[in-house]
Amino acid sequence: MGIKPGDTPGFFTSKLEKAVGWARRYSIFQYPFVTACCGMEYMSTASGHYDMDRFGAGLPRFSPRQADVLFVVGTISHKIAPILRRVYDQMCEPKWVVAFGVCTCTGGFYDNYATVQGIDTIIPVDIYIPGCPPRPEAVLDGLMKLQAKIENQKQVVI
Amino acid sequence: MEAATETRETKSMLLNIGPSHPAMHGVIRLVTELEGESVAKVDAEIGYLHRAFEKSAEAATWTQVIPYTDRLNYVSPLINNFGYCAAVEKLLGIEVTERCKYIRVTMSEISRITDHLTCIAASAMELGAMTAFLYFMKAREYLYEIVEEVTGARLTISYGRIGGVKGDLPDGLPEKLEEALKKVERELLEVDKLLTRNRIWVDRTRGIGVLTREDAIAYSISGPMARASGIAYDVRKAFPYAAYDRMDFEVPLGERGDNYDRYLVRMEEMRQSIRIIRQALKGMPGGPVNVDSGGRVIESFDLVDQAKMGRTAGLVDVRTTVEPTLEGTEKVHHDRILPDEKRVVLPSKEDTYGNIEGLMNHFKLIMDYHGIRPPKGDTYHAVEGANGELGFYVVSDGQDRPYRVRVRPPCFFNMAVLHKMLEGYMVADIVATFGSINMIAGELDR
Repeated sequence: MGIKPGDTPGFFTSKLEKAVGWARRYSIFQYPFVTACCGMEYMSTASGHYDMDRFGAGLPRFSPRQADVLFVVGTISHKIAPILRRVYDQMCEPKWVVAFGVCTCTGGFYDNYATVQGIDTIIPVDIYIPGCPPRPEAVLDGLMKLQAKIENQKQVVI
Repeated sequence: MEAATETRETKSMLLNIGPSHPAMHGVIRLVTELEGESVAKVDAEIGYLHRAFEKSAEAATWTQVIPYTDRLNYVSPLINNFGYCAAVEKLLGIEVTERCKYIRVTMSEISRITDHLTCIAASAMELGAMTAFLYFMKAREYLYEIVEEVTGARLTISYGRIGGVKGDLPDGLPEKLEEALKKVERELLEVDKLLTRNRIWVDRTRGIGVLTREDAIAYSISGPMARASGIAYDVRKAFPYAAYDRMDFEVPLGERGDNYDRYLVRMEEMRQSIRIIRQALKGMPGGPVNVDSGGRVIESFDLVDQAKMGRTAGLVDVRTTVEPTLEGTEKVHHDRILPDEKRVVLPSKEDTYGNIEGLMNHFKLIMDYHGIRPPKGDTYHAVEGANGELGFYVVSDGQDRPYRVRVRPPCFFNMAVLHKMLEGYMVADIVATFGSINMIAGELDR
């Protein structure tokens, strides 16, 4: 009973899509690709005080094959860029990418020969969380925006 | 029986660990050669977080380098800030005020605690002790709240300034800090109970990743790693800077140089840091936090004596408390411009908008190609970073931008000796040993 992208949704399929969206929203398995300073704020957000678990995103999976949201946390230099691309390619669909911190969004103030000027030059990005590093509140805000995006997008159920 | 005596050809296996590996906090690639389960050879490849700190510093003004130093060792940014500022002050020949020294000590020690908390938390988590991780993250959060209150940011704080700090401590900070320290002590005790005598923890760390005293010296290791190997070297004791010479604290030493000793040294250092913070808060003098904000007032008879002896250099602009002989002479028309002390710290906004001297001072510090201009020369200043001796070698060619800022990152040397600590142990010990080193990619690759 697959819904293909071109199909006109009927009553049943639109309800199913809603249910799948709701389920996906609250079962985010993230892959934290931590390289730099933002990792400290990532740790803060993930642990007790701010508690990402409240949003159903509590369990980081360190294997790309088990994860569906890639958190790119910290500066991406040209040396590590191919590895990021590889990790992204290894993830299964559906997958989302969060650019955590301004270095991943635009390169930040590392406007130099070593740094990738925004990871969207390498992989598609769904949510940008700017800040150097972003406060945990900003991260949670980004996470909620990602959840809304996941819920409302067209669900491909195979 | 025949099968047992049969010799089989064994081949070593090459295994890449990292740069993106769950148990590698920070990006580094370990190329290991395995013989069965044991590690025969390790080669560390670094450079995955090279962000061109030194090159960027050459393009920035002396003050603009400070934000870059935040992101060297991002777990204890305050120490980096103060280390860089102190190096430039040494170049300029400036002595910061007494209050500033105490503030720097307090904030440095807070940073040291957050660093050690993160190190132990992460290494415990990698060995499966998630509870210790969560407890220590909680403790770190209490300190981040204090740091935020003082500096305005949690992590990348840019609090240090050449010639002082960004601002004075807020009102009521000592009480809040004391409260936070009490909570941190409670978490320390809790994790102490969880880990120190924990059979699993001791088995995984005791006798693993031994760094001998000789190796530590040969590879110029410093900080907790050297102290765990029994080398009593602490920059705070050996070359006291700021107000450390007035602080009473112990330097914990290990005996065996294994992971467990490094853990114990870090735990004890946190307790000592708390002790230092309490002393610094207690002994903190009043007065200005920046070098020139208080002015240099001297007594009138001193002024006369100095002038009679011909020591008039710099006296012209010194404000003095002249006895009034005529009505109105006691009024100081404007504060003196003493170039030595006016060349680093921005004047207060009242001065900038209120009088021409302040305005000129402001512009001279802000304008391109003016700014802070240390005399030609070079200097090296080291502070005790959370991982060891964090040195800044700064070179000035007399311009408003550094000619060179070279960092001596403690992690770099730790990574050089890494193979000695991993070879001969098991694969699973790599995680435990690597966690105990506290490699910070930001300062390793710069």
